[in-house]
Amino acid sequence: MLTTTLEGNPEHLVEIDDIYFHYNHSTHNLYEGLSMAIPRGKITAVMGPSGIGKTTLLRLIGGQLRPQQGQIRFAGQNIPSLKRSELYQLRKRMSMLFQSGALFSDMTVYDNIAFPLREHSRLSEELIETIVLLKLEAVGLRGARHLMPAELSGGMSRRAALARSIALDPELIMYDEPFAGQDPISMGVIIKLIKELNESLGLTSIIVTHDVEEVLTIADYVYIIADKQVVGHGTPEQLLNSDNALVHQFLHGEADGPVPFHYRAPTLADELLGAGDAK
Amino acid sequence: MESRNTQLAVGLFVIIGVLALLFLGLQAANTNVATAGETYRLYAKFDNIGGLKERSPVKVGGVVVGRVSKITLDGDYYEPLVEMVISKQYNEFSDTTSVSILTSGLLGEQYIGLNPGFIDDTVQMLEDGDRIYDTKSALVLEDLIGQFLFSQGND
Amino acid sequence: MLNKVAALGQATLNSIAGAGAALIMLTRALVGKPQLRKSWPLLMQQMYSVGVMSLIIIVVSGLFIGMVLGLQGYTILVDFGAEQSLGPMVALSLLRELGPVVTALLFAGRAGSALTAEIGLMKATEQLSSLEMMAVDPLRRVIAPRFWAGLYSMPILAAVFSAVGIYGGYLVGVRWLGVDDGAFWSVMQANVEWGHDIMNGIIKSVVFAFVVTWIALHKGFNCTPTSVGISKATTSTVVTASLAVLGLDFVLTALMFG
Repeated sequence: MLTTTLEGNPEHLVEIDDIYFHYNHSTHNLYEGLSMAIPRGKITAVMGPSGIGKTTLLRLIGGQLRPQQGQIRFAGQNIPSLKRSELYQLRKRMSMLFQSGALFSDMTVYDNIAFPLREHSRLSEELIETIVLLKLEAVGLRGARHLMPAELSGGMSRRAALARSIALDPELIMYDEPFAGQDPISMGVIIKLIKELNESLGLTSIIVTHDVEEVLTIADYVYIIADKQVVGHGTPEQLLNSDNALVHQFLHGEADGPVPFHYRAPTLADELLGAGDAK
Repeated sequence: MESRNTQLAVGLFVIIGVLALLFLGLQAANTNVATAGETYRLYAKFDNIGGLKERSPVKVGGVVVGRVSKITLDGDYYEPLVEMVISKQYNEFSDTTSVSILTSGLLGEQYIGLNPGFIDDTVQMLEDGDRIYDTKSALVLEDLIGQFLFSQGND
Repeated sequence: MLNKVAALGQATLNSIAGAGAALIMLTRALVGKPQLRKSWPLLMQQMYSVGVMSLIIIVVSGLFIGMVLGLQGYTILVDFGAEQSLGPMVALSLLRELGPVVTALLFAGRAGSALTAEIGLMKATEQLSSLEMMAVDPLRRVIAPRFWAGLYSMPILAAVFSAVGIYGGYLVGVRWLGVDDGAFWSVMQANVEWGHDIMNGIIKSVVFAFVVTWIALHKGFNCTPTSVGISKATTSTVVTASLAVLGLDFVLTALMFG
């Protein structure tokens, strides 16, 4: 449905076009004909129940996984068909905030943030220091630059990781479950940071999450994935008023609905009687 | 600062390794003797080489001057031919030199003993590839016993 | 029955695929133009954690094994009146076999398992993915320096092991049991040859270094990124590497001294 309008639209930084994907070790398809478009300069939220492969989607965009079918275009280039060297070039323009933060445990916070700069630029150490301190200032951790990642709290290490992922001023930043396991205060801090960074740096952001309330306050556009496809998309207001039963269940957190409370199983009566028969 | 200490430790580590290698080379092994420097080859034919093996030492008066490099069967009668590699340091053996296969100690391994011959105007010096004709084979225990019994019988 | 044959086939395919993956990993890590400015400090760091940190265990084990060799060798040789041969016995056992082999086994247990666990943990905490997303190849950045460090460190460790072991044999044989000092060294020197014994020992330890480090890195890089997966991979590193070392040792010994 989206495919015809998507093609080469300059307003979209990332376009996902009718992809089919399953992991090598299983035959179970994670996506069947999934399509979505990520508008440039906006915050897009991708939501859905646990286990439907939201993180996988980010890895597909980052080129760490390849879909069996379909295209994933970043600024017009089809990521799955790129050579390794081209992919590495492209990755300098995007960055990803991992759920665990993924700070390098053998470096200080300062060195962690300086790492991408040292790898990819020929800047002098003085210049790198300036940039690192600015990035740390942006996430409020300038005072923590000499600490090791193990000494940081969960919220702090995620903020440090955020500082690292914006070190190279990417065009796209992908957040993998940024709110998971955070206390309300650090959750508030991270929401504020995502919003601010998006506005001040003109970033395009993709947030993968299942924390509905938090993300609806900052997202410009929302995709809901279930059943291997996009089941609903639109602005937060449009979705909240949606009459799609699945969207409704997810956004309002109802226990039972189109996504059933019970894992697939024969009815209780059948199972109990069946067990009796087997004796 | 930290990386400097690391570099220092690694440097020391490498030095320790080199020292260990030097110790092994100089203290435990015979680097100076035979086959290490320039060498030349001599041949000798024996009736029986006993327990002689490749790499057995070649000695002059107990001093190692070379090693056995190859043992083959030669000629129509399949006689053992021993190739020896001798250090260039000792290149003044005359062609009257004799060789014998000897045993170090009662149970020790066998080696080749070189007995330098006399030198005067009529003899030539052995050179690379030359053959020594005056050879004495290894003692074989069974032959010894046989000879002993035979000589007893004659008394 | 058919199922079992199928399972065997599957296992064979899996192991071939595993070996192939390991080969690809290694070539991708090592092929390419080297960047000395960046890789030198990384190599130093790894030489430190792989080599220097293993030195203590190597020195202590070498000393004790040398002392035991001296003691056992003496009690056997003295029956034949051949205690003069203690020197070459200790030296040759260490240089040809025990030095390279025991070093490789200790290295697999000390450094190999640490390498696997470290890389497994980097994978589990998404540090490897994170490197990739930062357009830094984890094979070049994480695997390659560790591989070279292992390859350089083990021969050094093996040389130290043998040297310390010979000294241990000397302490027991000469200082304690009263073998003649001069005879100990001179008989050793008469029987140990640089090109034959010491070089072959070094070649062995280079081969072992290659295999052990490779196995450790491959197991870490391809482990299941969970706590169970990492602990399994670590165990598997020690087991596989030890078996590979012992098997290869037989082959190499047959080729060199057979």
